[in-house]
Amino acid sequence: MTEDILLSVENLKVHFAMKRRGLTGPKSFVHAVDGVNLKITKGKTFGIVGESGSGKTTTALAVMRLVPITSGTITLGDFRLDQLQGEELRRARRHMQIIFQDPYSSLNPRVRAGAIVREPMDLMDVGETSEREDRVAELFRQVGLRPEQQALFPHQFSGGQRQRIGVARALASQPDLVVCDEPVSALDVAIQAQIINLLRKLQDDLGLTYLFISHDLGVVQYICDEIAVMYLGKVVEQGDRISLFTEPLHPYTWALLSAVPSADPALRDQKNRIRLQGDPPNPIDPPPGCRFASRCPFSQDLCTRETPPLRPIKDGHLVACHLVSDDGVPPQHAD
Amino acid sequence: MVEPLLEIKDLRVEFDTRDGVATVIDGLDISLYPGEILGIVGESGCGKSMTALSVMRLVPVPPGRIAKGTIRLQGEDLLQASEKRMREVRGNAISMIFQEPMTSLNPVFSVGDQIAETILLHEGVGKRVAWQRAVEMLDAVGIPAPEIRAREYPHQMSGGMRQRVMIAMALACQPRVLIADEPTTALDVTVQAQIFDLLKDLQEKTGAVIMLITHDMGAIAEMAQRVVVMYAGRKVEDGPVDEILTNPKHPYTAGLIGCVPHLSVNPTEERLPLTDIPGVVPPLTRLGKGCPFAPRCVKALDKCGWEMPPQSVVGEDHRASCWLIENDEI
Repeated sequence: MTEDILLSVENLKVHFAMKRRGLTGPKSFVHAVDGVNLKITKGKTFGIVGESGSGKTTTALAVMRLVPITSGTITLGDFRLDQLQGEELRRARRHMQIIFQDPYSSLNPRVRAGAIVREPMDLMDVGETSEREDRVAELFRQVGLRPEQQALFPHQFSGGQRQRIGVARALASQPDLVVCDEPVSALDVAIQAQIINLLRKLQDDLGLTYLFISHDLGVVQYICDEIAVMYLGKVVEQGDRISLFTEPLHPYTWALLSAVPSADPALRDQKNRIRLQGDPPNPIDPPPGCRFASRCPFSQDLCTRETPPLRPIKDGHLVACHLVSDDGVPPQHAD
Repeated sequence: MVEPLLEIKDLRVEFDTRDGVATVIDGLDISLYPGEILGIVGESGCGKSMTALSVMRLVPVPPGRIAKGTIRLQGEDLLQASEKRMREVRGNAISMIFQEPMTSLNPVFSVGDQIAETILLHEGVGKRVAWQRAVEMLDAVGIPAPEIRAREYPHQMSGGMRQRVMIAMALACQPRVLIADEPTTALDVTVQAQIFDLLKDLQEKTGAVIMLITHDMGAIAEMAQRVVVMYAGRKVEDGPVDEILTNPKHPYTAGLIGCVPHLSVNPTEERLPLTDIPGVVPPLTRLGKGCPFAPRCVKALDKCGWEMPPQSVVGEDHRASCWLIENDEI
């Protein structure tokens, strides 16, 4: 590959220990992220999609070093993020920033908007002190706010504007990687479009790289260049946006796609839908084999015994399913 | 001509606020016909949930009040009914599924008890019969091992399960009208699909009329036959779903459809910017005389700012309120 890889994650595992049941009870772990590999190209948007409990947010937080990593390597440019500690880690943080889901709870209600955006620059010593004021004003303009709104407190802004402050704050330290953790799911539909358009414009203008976490397939399809589908801590399928959506291979991807209510009447009928039964199983000490097997309509003996590896089917399109043939034919219903 | 089962006419709901009187619903007409699913869509603050609460007569008074209008359930005006009569209607003839299954279930009673309570209140049956019916309802909404699950408490269940319990409770007395206020917002897509299938299925079996409140045009397309688009407490457009999706007349409806990236089975390389509706829903205390959408409307005329557009018929069973239609500009 000749393209620049900005972030590379290898065999990332994040396990959380559970409380023991009694003094002699067995120690169990929540396998939140269990062996994830990602490579994100500079200037592109990489999406992780999945249901709640799939480990998509934990993956993002692990990249930000906001949760303890059990094992694996994370490389951002020249930094080995998984090995940095203390002051070194703090200095590396200016290269990666995060936009949170909920613009209501992620801004300090007692701090003025301008100070919120300025704080990362002061903390991480970005640029000259004298220039910071101008820089904050410029950031406000970039995200579509007026510079004079710096003096206001978060409650004086609407949800969409608050998310714009969140975006400005994330951009303040001039990061290479911006992690967007469900940046639009707490917003009203009309406001979502404003923020999505803003994120795309900023990417074009500033050459940002996004790691975009979402459960909304429509949004992911629109904004991401490459997408990984996660289920219970593992990537089950990965591909570029065209290939993944035109030829979904994994039964879970297929089920996710068929679950989305569609506004296009023509699309609704021709979809060969898979309906899943029940809820995702518990990620505490998951059983061997494919984790989707208990809900998969095609599952066979092999699926409950052996964990399927994530293997390439064609250029850049990977899938972890025993039943997908090597030339990329997904499992079919018998009828 | 089929008689509507539920008919809302010229409804006006006001709230006293520190900034003066907010008109949260104004001049709203909605009819629900037997056997249909009617969708109501709009952003937050457009009066969707308040419409539902008005039908249930659950608008908090004070600070709110229903200032004007009628809501007729098979001819009976619910706004004139006594509180005693309303208690008979709620949960019986009309019932409601709320947005948040976690906060609308009582944490200290088992789910079976909560469903049985509705049946006990409305049907005059004994405790054992009511419990039996509750278990049957849990079975009907697809909860496995209903006898055991009925004894469990809400915290022992997942979000999807809780929403199924809510649905079981709402349908326990075979209501004629079921109001579903954003029934799937807190749920994952695969679970949402299950709940939608369940609602459609139960609707076919029981023949109840469903009023589905949502902000998701996709959900409307999937579920409803007719849709009402609301903005700032007013109906701006209504008509058959397929017609509105392919041929929206009001700029707000067009904006609502265009602002969401719709999932496509064959995406293209090119990605056009999403239509955005600039600004936010205005504070309802400060609505002027004109079209409430005018300040955010890219096509607004001078006239829109000071005069309310009348409702025009733009197609079969399709109406919209916009000056552009009056002026033949759409």
